Amino acid sequence: MAILLIGFRPLYLKSTSIHYFMKSVKFLVSLLFTLGIFYGLNTKFGDIPPMGKFLSPNQGFWKNEVTESDVAKETLEISGLKSPVTVHYDESLIPHVFAQNDEDLYRAQGYITAQHRLWQLEFQTFASGGRLSEIVGEAAIEYDRGQRRKGMGFGADNALKEMMKHPEEVKLLEAYRDGINAYIESLSVGELPVEYKILDYQPEPWTTKKTALLLMYMTDMLAGRDVDLENTNFVKLFGQEIFDLLFPNFYADQDPVIPQERDWSSFDLETVEKPDVDFPSDFIKETMDKPNPHNGSNNWAIAPSKSVSGNPILANDPHLQLNLPSIWYVMQLATPEKNTFGATLPGAMGIIIGFNQNIAWGVTNATRDVKDWYKIEFQDENRKAYKYDNEWKATTEVIEEIKVRGKSTVYDTVTYTHYGPVTYDHTFKGNGEKVGYAMKWTGHLPNNNQQTFLDLNKATNYAEYAAALKHFTAPAQNFVFASREGDIALWIQGELANKWPEQGKFLMDGSDSRYEWQSFIPQNQNAYVKNPERGFVSSANQHPTDEKYPYYVYDDGYETYRNRVINNFFRSKEKFNIQDFKDLQADNFNLKAAELIPTMLDSMDRSSLTAHEEQMLSTIEDWDFNNNIDAEGASIWEKWWDNLYRMTWDELYNLDVAINRPSDYQTIWLLKNQPNHPWFDRKETPEIETAKELYFQSFRDAVQDLTVWQSRTGKSLKWVDYKGTFVGHLLQALPAFSRFNLPIGGNSGIVNATSENHGPSWRMIVELGNEPNALGIYPGGQSGNPGSKFYDNMIDRWAAGEYIPLFFMKSADQASDHIIFSQNLSPAK
Amino acid sequence: MKTFINIILTVLIAFILGLFLPWWSVMIAGFIMGAVVGLKKASSFFVPFLAIALLWIVNAWFLAQPNDFTMTKKIAVLLPLEGNTFLLFLITGIIGGIAAGVAGVFGNQCKQLIAGKK
Repeated sequence: MAILLIGFRPLYLKSTSIHYFMKSVKFLVSLLFTLGIFYGLNTKFGDIPPMGKFLSPNQGFWKNEVTESDVAKETLEISGLKSPVTVHYDESLIPHVFAQNDEDLYRAQGYITAQHRLWQLEFQTFASGGRLSEIVGEAAIEYDRGQRRKGMGFGADNALKEMMKHPEEVKLLEAYRDGINAYIESLSVGELPVEYKILDYQPEPWTTKKTALLLMYMTDMLAGRDVDLENTNFVKLFGQEIFDLLFPNFYADQDPVIPQERDWSSFDLETVEKPDVDFPSDFIKETMDKPNPHNGSNNWAIAPSKSVSGNPILANDPHLQLNLPSIWYVMQLATPEKNTFGATLPGAMGIIIGFNQNIAWGVTNATRDVKDWYKIEFQDENRKAYKYDNEWKATTEVIEEIKVRGKSTVYDTVTYTHYGPVTYDHTFKGNGEKVGYAMKWTGHLPNNNQQTFLDLNKATNYAEYAAALKHFTAPAQNFVFASREGDIALWIQGELANKWPEQGKFLMDGSDSRYEWQSFIPQNQNAYVKNPERGFVSSANQHPTDEKYPYYVYDDGYETYRNRVINNFFRSKEKFNIQDFKDLQADNFNLKAAELIPTMLDSMDRSSLTAHEEQMLSTIEDWDFNNNIDAEGASIWEKWWDNLYRMTWDELYNLDVAINRPSDYQTIWLLKNQPNHPWFDRKETPEIETAKELYFQSFRDAVQDLTVWQSRTGKSLKWVDYKGTFVGHLLQALPAFSRFNLPIGGNSGIVNATSENHGPSWRMIVELGNEPNALGIYPGGQSGNPGSKFYDNMIDRWAAGEYIPLFFMKSADQASDHIIFSQNLSPAK
Repeated sequence: MKTFINIILTVLIAFILGLFLPWWSVMIAGFIMGAVVGLKKASSFFVPFLAIALLWIVNAWFLAQPNDFTMTKKIAVLLPLEGNTFLLFLITGIIGGIAAGVAGVFGNQCKQLIAGKK
């Protein structure tokens, strides 16, 4: 309007016109300035949030300056509830939810979870489904493509279809969904979690598909790792013989999950014949980033006969990346029919690891090679068909639409075969136009994993526990169990292909049906043990069984140290109590170091060491092999070992194809048993090295490295300083929302598996007496709001090896000092 | 005295608008002061500026203080102000103040333009 006024002003108005012109200019300038300021303060630039919005006390981050207990509303109306639901919050902000029926229970679970963890809830499903580019922009495109090409959405759809076959479950899933959405709808802009304000976006409605995506996220984290293509590369580069030496199917002297005494003769075997085939021999340059190899866990349970109190006791601690908000959210969920307590996964219904009046259960990852690769030979560059037993079989094309914040949408065509998605092809780390590598993964199978947890929540005895597990497909888990009746058990449950020996250990030929998975191991022949004579069951991601188990078992990543420390602990005396369990979860004994350091020390030629080196070596000599926070020996050992490992496998670094390197265990086995093996020679030096020279040189380098590190950081050599454990916020460990330099010992491979940013993400101990006596803790807090006192309040106690008592309420009207406030959720009128 | 009353008036208008409008309600408040109430020259900037700076800082203080500045300390690291919460309050005030002040000047210019047309 202003512009028009200036433009059409008649020229003859001379004297006033200059004056008016100036006014108009001022007006225009101030208008533009105002618009500019508005735009500038309302818009996100790069990583800088929209400052006006963000700093405004009526909608910005100041609104997140709240602790839940100070602002909770006593009564909340939630549409869809059938009856009132009572929620008591204890001093750790753990909600104790009492509903009259399951639908109300899970609706309330959705609502309350969202209330404390909305941003995380949604962010994890975006990460799972490959939608991070929508939030963070083009930096995430390759990640998102990877998620799509893994078939994360495909697997979630398959799971959802299976769940939809069970109308009772669908009702619950939808109630959970509606509970989350009721919370989202209740939010004002100011009440949004602060991460939305930093990144400047809004939550979208929750869907049942998102629950399936969350479960896929876990499946990928725990069963998404394989090294089949790397194995193929290795054999092609170095030959089968050295491969078999460095990567044996079974490690020597291990203590499997299922006790070796277990007799399998009652199994009615379904055998598969190995066909007369050779694996294809390709070089695969690059593979996708894999889940953290340290993802694992400990669990164990003792029978009444092994318990001081005569009650069975069970423990579990899943090892995952240490994040804020924590991956776990602790709840008590009760109806008149059941009363369950434990750790939930925001996004999934029910308790995942927990207990009720009658039973307790926990999980560790049952690593198994459940992801295989098939080489696909396309008919032509159109990739509309691929060869299969002398025929051309049609492919299906899925066009993945990846929306990118601030940029145009990226489209990625993913070809599907009957095996699964062709993850690697000409546009993605592949080998040309006519070749692809298709993934066959149990993660994609239709499944109803959610049902297993709902059933476990209400199970009262061994039979109901065993029945609940039957639905569980992937990721295969070691389900530890104890009941008040006195049973203990451990089932290794998952849908596991019945493979012929070595099937799927390498790339297979997708054009030949003889490479296909023929069947699955019958569910009732999965390895399990009930009430073993030794009086305890345990698992720590080691070999599920010894070689006597009649089905082929392979994985590259079996754990080799924690399992033996745990089992030796339970063999060390007659009876155990809760204190013993706490001690074991906090045990810092480094078996790996204890198995190699004596050999290393024996071989050291100390005459040529400098005074400084000699002093470091004697620190190691005096070390008791515990990675305690004050131990300097632990720091020296870890650096020494890192250097030794790298030096030992110098052939396997900087190759131009994807490669896997031997496990620590096999490396040490070889160093000790074949110290003169030709692979110990370092390529870069003219001399011929053996294990002895490697020990010496890697020690020297370690002393050098540590000296440099110390002068750079000014820190002590204490293990706590050298390790620097941190719990990082989910947004790339935003320092403002993360916690650093936590005083905790341990390391990967140690029962207290806390390494730099990975470790026990939930510790639980449950004694099943007349009333369950339970303890738990995790490195985080119940609130996802960094402005809440409950955001990270458990971290220090977790680091110190302490627990919070899990206050098991028997009914909603039980009076208690533990309750700090309560909410009544009532049906909306 | 008049300035003081105008500041209070701006705070009141901004506060009421803020109950149902987003953050830019302070710009509307500034605009109203410039256009309707009729602030002169420099005061058309400084009255809204001071008023909103004051409003935002006091408002933020009342949100943060009872919670022991838990979030404030973290945002003062995020932004990055090396943890200086005093600076965070100051910047909050300045940002709010500038937004309102600029709108105040614009309001004033509008008023002048309309008045000039007569």
